Amino acid sequence: MTTTPATGNLLQAEIERPPLTPGQVALRRFVRHRMALVGVGILVALVLYVTVGTVFFSEAEANYVDLRGKLSPPSWEHPFGTDLGGRDILARTIYGGQISMIIGILAVVVSVLAGVLIGAIAGFYGGLVDSLLMRFTEAAFNIPQLFLLIALAKFFGTQMPAFTLFGRSFSGSVVIIVGVIGLTSWMYLARIVRSNFLSLKEQEFVTAARCAGATDFSLIFEHVLPNTMAPIIVSATLEIATAILSEAYISFLGMGVQPPTATWGNMLNEAYNHLEGAPWMWFFPGTLILLAVLAINFVGDGLRDAFDPRSLAATQ
Amino acid sequence: MVRYVLRRLLQAIPLLLIISLILFILISNLGDPLASFGGTRRRLPPADRERLTRQLGLDRPVIVQYGIWLIGNDWMKIDANGDGVYDEYGTRHGVLRGDFGNSFQERRPALEIIGERVWNTLLLMTTCEVVVLIFSLLIGIYSALRQYSAWDNVITAFSFIGYSMPVFWLSLMLIYIFAVNFRRWGLPYFPVSGMYDLGVGPTLGQIVWHLVLPVASLSIVSIAGYSRYVRSQMLEVISQDYIRTAYAKGLPRRMVILGHALKNAALPLVTIIGMDLPLLLGGAVVTEAIFGWPGMGRLYFKATNAADIPVTMGILVIISVLVVLFQIITDVTYTFLDPRIRYE
Repeated sequence: MTTTPATGNLLQAEIERPPLTPGQVALRRFVRHRMALVGVGILVALVLYVTVGTVFFSEAEANYVDLRGKLSPPSWEHPFGTDLGGRDILARTIYGGQISMIIGILAVVVSVLAGVLIGAIAGFYGGLVDSLLMRFTEAAFNIPQLFLLIALAKFFGTQMPAFTLFGRSFSGSVVIIVGVIGLTSWMYLARIVRSNFLSLKEQEFVTAARCAGATDFSLIFEHVLPNTMAPIIVSATLEIATAILSEAYISFLGMGVQPPTATWGNMLNEAYNHLEGAPWMWFFPGTLILLAVLAINFVGDGLRDAFDPRSLAATQ
Repeated sequence: MVRYVLRRLLQAIPLLLIISLILFILISNLGDPLASFGGTRRRLPPADRERLTRQLGLDRPVIVQYGIWLIGNDWMKIDANGDGVYDEYGTRHGVLRGDFGNSFQERRPALEIIGERVWNTLLLMTTCEVVVLIFSLLIGIYSALRQYSAWDNVITAFSFIGYSMPVFWLSLMLIYIFAVNFRRWGLPYFPVSGMYDLGVGPTLGQIVWHLVLPVASLSIVSIAGYSRYVRSQMLEVISQDYIRTAYAKGLPRRMVILGHALKNAALPLVTIIGMDLPLLLGGAVVTEAIFGWPGMGRLYFKATNAADIPVTMGILVIISVLVVLFQIITDVTYTFLDPRIRYE
């Protein structure tokens, strides 16, 4: 190592080994991306925080109301202090974090399904279908997402009954928020997928597959879609951050997930009336949101660079 | 050029109609508009309820309600006194003729209520855009010209954090530091709610003073994102041949950077700012709620909660029109900045 430069070693090693698949190349570039690794580190820490934390606090403790101990500042007993109902904020950030992260991921699943489906159909079939779907996408794009979120959250209201999953009871508003965030954030992805489909469907491998008798379904999902996975993965990753933020915004305004189910967002809802007297109420959940969003953005940036063929020179 | 703008405006019409139809169906099912009718929480007797529903036309199918909202009802018989007989002509002119209807909550024209607020939001937004433009250009150019210097690295780190910062968290943090703690330490502190002190009145100085924190919390996130963008654009541009040519013919550095490089680097920024307007408007809802800014965002939130159809729809339509217009303006600005681009 001291005599030969690092790049010399690398080239030698790469000549001797069989060529890497695109996925392996991306993975290699990703692990060389310093910011991305920091992001992965923070994310792992956060996931550990919300999972291992449950060993120390039960959900009943997180929702335990003790009015005599309300709004008490951080102490040994309550390291993050307590909220208006005297509930322990540390325990609530643990359980709230789970919900926030789950909402973020599920909402992105919804938005990716919608975005890929609409973009793929519009790009693949073109013509009238394309212009109708794209006008619809444009229409949805034109309204600020938060305005739509508020209207949709109110539209679906809180009629969803609470439900039990894995022995835990969840407020029905969780499902509504997942759907609402997913349905207001697919437009960007639909546009990317459509433009990729437009150019990919003209390529020879698609014509070849069509000649071999592939159905439209198989052309779309087996031939074209796998070739446009990279931008979908990148934007889905970044979308998780946006979804967590959206949940926080709407819960902050009091229209999101309803208590007693805690999320990082709805813990902030009451907090801003106690901005001065109880800063711990908003500081800890807010900082956790910031960390999660920051980490996901780092990972998303790393993925983007890892998949981008133009950044090859920069990272090797 | 004029033809291009006209065509864009014509294309916007069907788009706005689709948007308004979808929104109307959504908004007319938000809840019970009569629950807080006239601004009171008092329960209406069933007979009054029924009469009001008929008077307001809420008993008709949604699509008919949309039609009335759009083109008015002065050409059709309506049930004005609520007795179940369609005997009188209506008085509404519809949105297309500038009549947004009466607010259910306040019994006065929705347009009047929105009009009181819309300028406050525009003031906040315009100030934000100007601040964002100035700072992201300055920071972006500075860090591009001193790539990988200590300051560039510091700016990079801060912009990553700034970019991930939730607007409400930033607002709360700024309030806590610059209002709460500054007052505690006896330093001059910023106000945290409203547009002006009620005792002083809406003077220019008061409004500027009250704008500082909301504008800061809204623009820091955007500055963080845009300055990265300006930096990468700038880096790409200053390695181009025409920059070397400019230096070679003996132009001073300032001239090359500001006259040749900046103009080309800043171009794509115009489009991005145009596209991000809906995002900024969304952020304004939260900011207005936190800072008690009497803008459209807060009004929208209140109106949605009360299922006040005319006001909610009015705000959404005004925003959609603003966004569409802004996008056209963006495209036109682009041609002024870059004469190579021509729209047919």
